[in-house]
Order: sequence, then structure tokens, then C-alpha cells
Amino acid sequence: MKGVKFILAGIIFGIVMVKSEAVSWFRIQEMFRFQSFHMYGIIGTAVLLGVIAVFLIKKLQIRDINGLPITIPAKDKRWTKYALGGLVFGLGWALTGACPGPMFVNIGYGYIAMAIVVFGALLGTYLYGLIRHKLPH
Amino acid sequence: MLLFFGKTFGFSSNLSTICSMAGAGKKVSLFDFDWRTQKWNLLFLLGAIAGGFISNTWLNNNEPLKLAGTTIADLKAIGIQFDGQLEPGQLFDLQYLSLKNIILMLFGGLMIGFGSRYAGGCTSGHAISGLSNLQIPSLVAVIGFFAGGLIMTHFLFPLIF
Repeated sequence: MKGVKFILAGIIFGIVMVKSEAVSWFRIQEMFRFQSFHMYGIIGTAVLLGVIAVFLIKKLQIRDINGLPITIPAKDKRWTKYALGGLVFGLGWALTGACPGPMFVNIGYGYIAMAIVVFGALLGTYLYGLIRHKLPH
Repeated sequence: MLLFFGKTFGFSSNLSTICSMAGAGKKVSLFDFDWRTQKWNLLFLLGAIAGGFISNTWLNNNEPLKLAGTTIADLKAIGIQFDGQLEPGQLFDLQYLSLKNIILMLFGGLMIGFGSRYAGGCTSGHAISGLSNLQIPSLVAVIGFFAGGLIMTHFLFPLIF
């Protein structure tokens, strides 16, 4: 089963997100009110580890499990969409206290009502697909 | 770790994948791709749900969250009680599910889905994977995430709650 490793990675992700309390609506509020270092510590640590990992991968030209070179596709350079999309995302993030990963982790944890947020997110994704040609990018 | 498995980490792509699975590709070109190529990410999603379940069922030490006192006071002022749990019960417990809550969550989800596709990624794709690779567009997106979050928290919350 080639898929098992992804399920395992997902399980680890879910547990880490709960144990670090990054899935908590309260913690997100605390972050946006600058009243604790908690979330900044988590995101900062993840980015720092990520930077080191990416640096080592590039430096040592590490290959993935299939022996292929590891590449991270560059995002394109027009930045209107990043700024506007980011703004809309941020509004939803603060309101629901969840981003796309944690909303699923929360359902697993037992907050079934989070399924409404997931449903909304699917609608939003679909809506973007419908009107993206009319938006500035 | 996912890079090692030959993938780039980004959770919100799953939302597109589910749209595609539901047949949205017939009407909207954005979802016209073979969702089977994204199966690994859906498996990761299933794992994440299982991870949430495992955390609550077997790894829960029932210690209350140590939220900053200032946050507790601020939230109390807008009528949201802190009860030591991960999520505010008055918003996310099924027994308190009101029409207002449903609309808030639906609308919040809508903005997350719309925004993450518009910006080409969410917290995991931009803040974690993107910043790790020192990509300027991701930095712009993360600044956008924060601008949106600050507007919601400081200007819109007092109006909503």
C-alpha cells in the first residue's frame, strides 16, 4: 500500500495540530490580539525547520523516496491575487478560527459543527472557480 | 517530510479536489483535472481527521487550555466565554447551533475557500511551505492573511458578537 505513508503523515499532522493547540479558535484569537507568543512560536518553528530542510535539500541535492530530485514549484510573480486572496482568507480564518487543515482535524476531534465550515469552504472554492476570470490577479 | 515523499504540502488543494470529484469540472474549468492524481493529499486529509480523533480519544489529558488572561477578558467583553476547551462551545457545540452560528460558519468557510484558491494556497501552502522556500509571493499572501485576520478580530468582531 503506497498510500499508507500519507495517511500516517496525516495522522501525525492531526495529532501535532491538536497537541500544539494550533487548531483552537481561542489560540487564533490570542494570536490576532497579540496577547501570547504561542502561535507565533509554532509558525516560527515550522518555518525555521522548513527553511533548514529546504536549504539542506538544495545544498545536498537530496532525492525523494522515488529517487527523483525534490523541487518546489515557484509561485508566479503577480501579487494582486496573493494580497486580495490573502485578505479574504484572513477574514474567514479569524471568524472560524480554522484554516483548511484544522477544520478537518476538528471534525475528527468531535466538533461536528465544523462540517458547516468545510461545506462553506467548498462553496467558496467553487465560487472562485466560477468567477475567477472576472477578478484582478 | 512530504517533500521527501515527492509532494509539496498544501492543504487547501483538497477543496478543489473534492469539487472536482463532485463533478464540478464539467461546468468550471478550474476543476477539470483528474482528481485521482491528488489521492495522496486526500489520504493525508483522512489521516488528519483520524489524528484529531486519536488526540481526543487516547491522548487527551483533560488539561484546560492556558489562554492568555487578556484574551479571556477581551472575549468576555464581546460575550464569548472561555471554558478551557479547544473551541468555544457556544459557537461549535451542536446543542447551541443557532441560525446565526450556521450563517457565520458558512460565511467564514466561504471566505476561507474563496480566499485560499484566489491566493493559491492557505496557511500550510504559503506560511509554511512557501516561506520555507523563501518565496516573496507567499510573504505577500501571509501579510494578506494577517491583514484580514486583524480586520475581522478588531473591527468586525465587535459588530458581529
